Amino acid sequence: MADTARDPPPEHTDFQELEDGDDLFPEPTTTQEQSEPASLPAEDVSTNSNGPKQDSLFDDDPEDLFAEATEEVSLDSPERDVLLSDGPSPAITPITPPTSVLTPRMGLPHADLFTHSSFDEIEEEEGGDSFDMLISVSDPEKVGDGMNAYMAYKVTTKTSMSLFKSHEFSVKRRFSDFLGLHSKLASKYLHIGYIVPPAPEKSIVGMTKVKVGKEDQSNEFVEKRRAALERYLMRTVKHPILLKDPDVLQFLESSELPRAVSTQALSGAGLLRMVNKAADAVNKMTIKMNESDAWFEEKQQQFENLDLQLRKLHSSVESLVCHRRELSVNTALFAKSAAMLGNSEDHTALSRALSQLAEVEDKMDQLHQDQANADFYLFSELLGDYVRLITAVKGVFDHRMKTWQKWQDSQLLLQKKREAEAKLQYTNKPDKLQQAKDEIKELEGKVQLGERDFEQISKTIRKELSRFEKERVTDFKTVIIKYLESLVQTQQQLIKYWEAFLPEAKAIS
Amino acid sequence: MMEEVKEVVPSTLGVSSHSIKVTEVVRDGDALTFIIVSQKLSGTGEYLVDRTYEDFEWLQQHLFSQDDVPGIQGIIFPPLPAKAQLNASAKATKQLGVLATGQDWQPYCMALETYLHQVASHSTLNKNKGLEIFLTSSEPPGRQKVRKGIFNRLSQAVEGMWKEGHKDVDEFFQTERDHNLTLTGCTKAVAERFLDVVLTEQKIAVACGHFSTALHLCVEAGEDPDKQTFSKICVKISEVFDSMRKNVFSVSENNVRTLGLGLDLESRCQEAEKEMLFRRTCKLVELETACRNAERVKSVKKAAMEELKTMAEKEFDQTSGVAKQEITRFHDKRVEMLQQALIQWCETQLLSARESADRYNEHLQALRAMA
Repeated sequence: MADTARDPPPEHTDFQELEDGDDLFPEPTTTQEQSEPASLPAEDVSTNSNGPKQDSLFDDDPEDLFAEATEEVSLDSPERDVLLSDGPSPAITPITPPTSVLTPRMGLPHADLFTHSSFDEIEEEEGGDSFDMLISVSDPEKVGDGMNAYMAYKVTTKTSMSLFKSHEFSVKRRFSDFLGLHSKLASKYLHIGYIVPPAPEKSIVGMTKVKVGKEDQSNEFVEKRRAALERYLMRTVKHPILLKDPDVLQFLESSELPRAVSTQALSGAGLLRMVNKAADAVNKMTIKMNESDAWFEEKQQQFENLDLQLRKLHSSVESLVCHRRELSVNTALFAKSAAMLGNSEDHTALSRALSQLAEVEDKMDQLHQDQANADFYLFSELLGDYVRLITAVKGVFDHRMKTWQKWQDSQLLLQKKREAEAKLQYTNKPDKLQQAKDEIKELEGKVQLGERDFEQISKTIRKELSRFEKERVTDFKTVIIKYLESLVQTQQQLIKYWEAFLPEAKAIS
Repeated sequence: MMEEVKEVVPSTLGVSSHSIKVTEVVRDGDALTFIIVSQKLSGTGEYLVDRTYEDFEWLQQHLFSQDDVPGIQGIIFPPLPAKAQLNASAKATKQLGVLATGQDWQPYCMALETYLHQVASHSTLNKNKGLEIFLTSSEPPGRQKVRKGIFNRLSQAVEGMWKEGHKDVDEFFQTERDHNLTLTGCTKAVAERFLDVVLTEQKIAVACGHFSTALHLCVEAGEDPDKQTFSKICVKISEVFDSMRKNVFSVSENNVRTLGLGLDLESRCQEAEKEMLFRRTCKLVELETACRNAERVKSVKKAAMEELKTMAEKEFDQTSGVAKQEITRFHDKRVEMLQQALIQWCETQLLSARESADRYNEHLQALRAMA
C-alpha cells in the first residue's frame, strides 16, 4: 500500500495465550446465571478488555471505565456472557444521549442492547427506516504548530433516519478520533464475528509533511486521508449493527469527544499486526479444527484467493497511476518545448499554430492529471480498502477458530474432571467429591456456553459474509460507473480541444 | 502519409515520384530488407525491388558525389534516417527516436519512403542515374563500393568545426544561419519531448492490458447470485480497461504516424540545411583564404593564386546561388509539411477520441442497465 510508516509494537495484544495460573472458569461461588453477573469476579486477564473492566462493570464508579481504554473485552468476561445470553429479548432501548452513555450502560437493560438476538431484531425492526445517510469529511484545517500540530476534519452527517436527533449536523474530529472509534468497535465486535471496517492507515511521513512542511507539499496527502476517512465512516455506518453502536453515534453527533489514547496500538496497521499475530498464534496451536462445515472451508479458501487477486490488481493500478502522472509531466514538458518552437518560428501562421498546440497540450496535461486522480481515488483506493477489509475478514475467521478451540478445551477439561470425580467416588473424601461435582457442573455450563458461542459466531459470520458479498457488488459497480463517467467526460473534453485546434492547423497556409 | 505536391519536373526518372512506396520490411537474420514499389511513368506497370540500408547509403553517396553539377554543395540533401537494427543498442534506438517506436518498423518504412519522395521530386537530384538504378534495377546497387563523397560531415567535423561561427558576408545567409541554429535546437527538443510522451502512452497501454487480464482471475465459480453478479462486474471492468488499452494505443500510434514523423523529419531536415550552410561557409573561408593568398604572393606565383582565387569565387557564387534557391524551397516545403502533419494529427486524434467516447458510453449504458 501507499503508506509504509510502521508504528512501534502495540502495548497490548489481545491474543495472548492463557497464562499459567489463570483459570478458565470462575471461582466456585459463582454461577452462570445471568441474573447475577455481578458476582463474577475478574477472571483470567490474559486478554485485555476495552470498555468496562469486568469487576467494575457493575460498580457505580464510572471513572474506572476509562482506566484501561485500550483493553479489549475478554472472551470470558461477564459482559460477554451477557452478550450471548438467550434471555427474553427486551424492547430495544432508545439510544441514550451520548454524554451519559457510560452510566446507563452499567445497568442490565441497556447491556441487553448487545444481545445477539436483539441484533437480529434491530435489523428487522429498523427495516422500515431504510438506510439513508450521507457522511462527508471536509474542510481539513491545521490546528496548532510544529510537532504538536494536527489536522481537524469536519464530519457532516445528512440523514433522515430516526436514529438521529436532527437531519443535518457537523462535528470536528481529528485522525486519532477515528482510530479511537475503530478500536472501540473492533474490541466489541470483531471477536463475535462482525467484520469491522479497518480505519485508514497512519502515516508518519505524511503527517510530518503536514506538521512542518509547506501547505502545497501536504495537500495531496491530506486529500488522500480525507477521502479515506470519508469512505471509512460510510462503510462503518452502512453496517446495520455498527450504525446503532453508541460509540458511532457519539462520534457523529457529539461536539466533544474524549481523546482516544493509545491509538498507536490500534491503528489500521497496528490492528493488522495484531490480527497477523493472532493468526500465527492460532496456527502455532496447531488447531486441527474438524471443520464440520464445508461452507467455512470453502469460504476461507475463497478469501485467500480473493486477497491474492486484489493485491495483484492493486499493484497493477498503482503502476497505471504512476505512468499516468508521468504522462502528465511529459505532456507539460512537450507543451513548453512546443511554445518555445512557436516563439522561434518566423512564419507567422505556423508560429501561431505551434503556440496553439502548446496550449492544447497544456489542457491535456490537466486532463491526464484528472484521469490519474480518477485512477487513484476510484480504483486504487477501492482495491486498497478491500485488501484491508479482507484482513478483518480473516481476523473474524481466526476468532471463530479460537472460539472453537476454547469450546474444545472446556470439553477436554470436563472429561478430565469427570474421570477425576469417578476416581474420587472410591475414596472417602466427601468434601473433595462435592467440590469435584460442583466443578463439573460449572464446566458443563461452560461447555454449553462454548458450543453456543461457536454456533453464534458461525451464524454471525455467515450473515456477515453474505453482506460482504452484496456490498462488494455495490461498491465495485458504483466505482466502475463513476470511472466510466470520468472517462466519457475526458474524451468529450478532448474532442472539444481537437475541434478547436483543427481550424488553427488548417489556417497555416 | 504526406501528400506530395506534384512537381512537374523534367527528369529522366522513369517512375512517378509520388507512387514510390516502401510496402514491406522483411527480417533476414539481423538485417532488414525493404520492398520498394514504384509505378512506371509509361503506365505499363510497376517496379518491385528489394533494398537494404546499405543500398540507401549507396544512393545517398551517389547523390553527394555529383561533382559535375555546379553548386552541388549548395543543395540541401534529403536526410537519410539512421540505420535501423534488430537487437539495437540503447544508444542506437535513441538515435532513431520516434522511428524506432511502433510495430514492425512501420514508422521507419514511412521515413524511408519520404526520403525517396524527396529525392525523386528534387529537380536536380532526380536526374541522378543512381536514383533510377536504385528504384528499378533488379540487382541491389549497394554491394558495389562507391567513392565516398566529399560531403561526409564526419570528415569535415574534425577539421573544421571552428568555421561554423565564421561571420558571413551576406546578410541573408547570416540571418538564415542564425535562425537555423535556433530552430535546430528547438525542433530537436520538441521531437524528444514528443517521443517521451509516446513512450509513456505505450506504458499506460500495457498497464491497462495487465489490469484487464488480471481481472479475469477474480471471476469466481458458483451459483450464488451475488458471486455471479460480482464476476459479471469484473468481466465488465476488464472490458472497459481493454477499451482503454486500445484507445491509448491508437492515440500513441496516431501521434507517431503524424506529428511524430513530422517532427522527426523537420528535425533532420533542419540538420541537413545546417550542413549545407556549413559547406557554404567553408567555401567562404576557402575564398577568403584564396583572396589573401593572391594578395600576399609575389608576382611569380601570382597568376596561379589568382586562378585559384577565381575558381574559389566561382564555386562560392554558384554554391550561394543554388543555396538561395534551396533555402526558399526549403522554407515553403517545411511549412507545408508541418501543416500537413498537424492537420493529420488533429484529424486522426479527433476520430480516435470520438470512437472512444462512443465505446465508453456503450460500456456505461451496459453497466447501468445491469441489475
